[in-house]
Amino acid sequence: MNKAAELLIAAGSIGQMERYIEAGASAVLIGESRFGARLPGDIEAGEMREAIARAHAKGAKAYVSVNKLFRNAELPDLPGYLKLIADAGADAAVFGDPAVLLNAREAAPGLKLHWNAEMTGTNSAAAAFWGRKGAVRAVLARELNEAEIADIKRQTTLEVQVQAHGMTNIYYSQRNLLQSYMEHIGREAHIVDLGADRGRYLAEAERPEEKLPIFEDRNGTHVMSADDICLLEALPDLLAAGVDSFYIEPLLKPEAYNITVLSSYRSALDAWAANPEAYRFEERWLDDIRALQDPDRELSFGFLYKEQVY
Amino acid sequence: MDKRIEFKGGIGVSHAVADAPVRRGAGKRFRLDKPELLAPAGSLEKLKIAVHYGADAVYIGGQKYGLRSNADNFSIEEMREGVEFASRYGAKVFVATNIYAHQEDLPGLADYLRELEGAGIAAIIAADPAVIEVAQRVAPGLEVHLSTQQSAMNWQAVKFWKEEGLPRVVLARETSMEEIVEIKSKVDIELEAFIHGAMCSSVSGRCVLSNHFTDRDSNRGGCCQSCRWKYDLHQEGRSVMGPGDHPFTMGSKDLSMIRHIPDLIEAGVDSFKIEGRMKSVHYVASVVNAYRQAIDAYMADPDGYELRQEWIDEIGKAANRPLSTGFFYTVPGAAEHIYEPEEKPAPYDFAAVVTGYDEASGMAVVQQRSPFKPGMEVEFFGPGGRSFRQRLGDLFDEQGNRLDAARHPLQTIRIRTERPVVQWDLMRKKIL
Repeated sequence: MNKAAELLIAAGSIGQMERYIEAGASAVLIGESRFGARLPGDIEAGEMREAIARAHAKGAKAYVSVNKLFRNAELPDLPGYLKLIADAGADAAVFGDPAVLLNAREAAPGLKLHWNAEMTGTNSAAAAFWGRKGAVRAVLARELNEAEIADIKRQTTLEVQVQAHGMTNIYYSQRNLLQSYMEHIGREAHIVDLGADRGRYLAEAERPEEKLPIFEDRNGTHVMSADDICLLEALPDLLAAGVDSFYIEPLLKPEAYNITVLSSYRSALDAWAANPEAYRFEERWLDDIRALQDPDRELSFGFLYKEQVY
Repeated sequence: MDKRIEFKGGIGVSHAVADAPVRRGAGKRFRLDKPELLAPAGSLEKLKIAVHYGADAVYIGGQKYGLRSNADNFSIEEMREGVEFASRYGAKVFVATNIYAHQEDLPGLADYLRELEGAGIAAIIAADPAVIEVAQRVAPGLEVHLSTQQSAMNWQAVKFWKEEGLPRVVLARETSMEEIVEIKSKVDIELEAFIHGAMCSSVSGRCVLSNHFTDRDSNRGGCCQSCRWKYDLHQEGRSVMGPGDHPFTMGSKDLSMIRHIPDLIEAGVDSFKIEGRMKSVHYVASVVNAYRQAIDAYMADPDGYELRQEWIDEIGKAANRPLSTGFFYTVPGAAEHIYEPEEKPAPYDFAAVVTGYDEASGMAVVQQRSPFKPGMEVEFFGPGGRSFRQRLGDLFDEQGNRLDAARHPLQTIRIRTERPVVQWDLMRKKIL
């Protein structure tokens, strides 16, 4: 472990990006919904140069999300966008669709690439494959346990990123499910009213306590987990395993909450970096988060200690 | 590419190239290749039925690495038998190895793929590069088809996989007809599309509802269909459901493109895929039967082609699920989702499978699959829309004893049929 692990968060505006960096983020994920999936807000192409410069000025890296699945009609915008973000100094583009790879080779050959295929990034052989295609980082699925994460890191030369905190996307459709349902029950619904900040959630009859946030945007319908993962207490194990980057998902959370989360993770990461042997978990890191935690949403270890069957 | 040419020849046997219809539009007329009809086979018997009813290829699941862990999956020995049976009809057998592997799944993969190759499997259907690369390295005799789980929906993604050496891509279900035309025009590769059956309403692979609700990994075959459960949608602190409103669900109506065969062929879809490894023998037979006739009718005479009601009826006899055209023409809306109780019983029930026929006596030997008795009206049907109804006469067991009813599953029964039948024809009874 020669280098400090990264603390990464998505930001929806330049100002928010700066506040997150001040709170402890060492890297930010930015972009717009034309190219990236489930961003907390759009930083448009015209603002990209300034955004990246400001992140760099504060000592943080800036990654741009280009991780949507693209349609034919959207492809012509890719070369220009990739060139623009490369010229603006982006530290990497995050992709899931191989169309981005093909375009990056031509339009932005120097741009680093992070492979993020969401729930389908599950093993080291796939990571190695995308590595040979040019990716320098694999973003792992949230549905992996600790042993799997550690084994993937052992078996790959790529950087490994895991989500450490926040909700996770558990279902993504290109159908407009909210709009369709509102129509079906005879309510007027408009796409602008269906966005992420409207507090909509689904509850299943047998699990009424599990509230699954749902929202719709230009890319389709997104259902999110009922719990917020919080791997703060597991950081030493993940750091020992060599995880390179810890992602904080800020989606559907107040900025103040995300800032507190960043501060706690920053404290933990700094303490570990200073002296792994002397590292001791401090309960107040977690207490600070708990104080702002939505009481309807449990903090959990996600799949970190789970056995899944199939 | 040699394999590809051989493959196309294989499925076109019954129609000489000189008779191939031409693609219309834009002043150009291209020769159209006859598309492959690809059917699901959840068991050896379903494989035989699918091939008998006219599938050019079937896809099955092995005991590992597939996405239907509940299906009655094939052992290597059964695969051999399936391949041998299919080859007599010139049909191919594909194996779905379309999981997203975890670390624990990687050891053993190479041996398994070699076994598939050794069993005569023509292709695997794979999504995970971990599987794709191993197959290309250790089992070069297996074609690798990109699974719909990889969600390739644009021409550059398809081009990427072509450059990786894959001869075929199964498109994402979100791909529209117009997009297929563009993909086909820009990339020289075989395109396979789902044309009938149940659908994920999510982008395939991008759903882990099962993992969250039940710790079952949907991307390794553990899907418990949580998208079809009923949910209460809340906003601003309360449920939006009023009295009499249906609950929210993500469930989609099934796909059916039987009314749009010419569009699919002219768009250049090379393989028409029917979903349903978990579906019944009766379902597989009926759906394959209908699409086989529609494709053959179009290829024989594209200009004179007419959709026939009996094809639609044929599908309806085995399943009574609401149908839609998915993403082919527009993004599905309220009318394409299922909010009401999903499935009504099918109007017909599978009663027996024909195992033999004696021309001299006009007696058929059948194996019972659900009870029947003398006097009952039944329909015998076989490939090509061949069917007839009759009232059942006397039933006899193997020893020639007269029976008052065929009560026992798998019981061998002899009955007189009003017209000749052949092995693998089915007998069904009307129940509604």
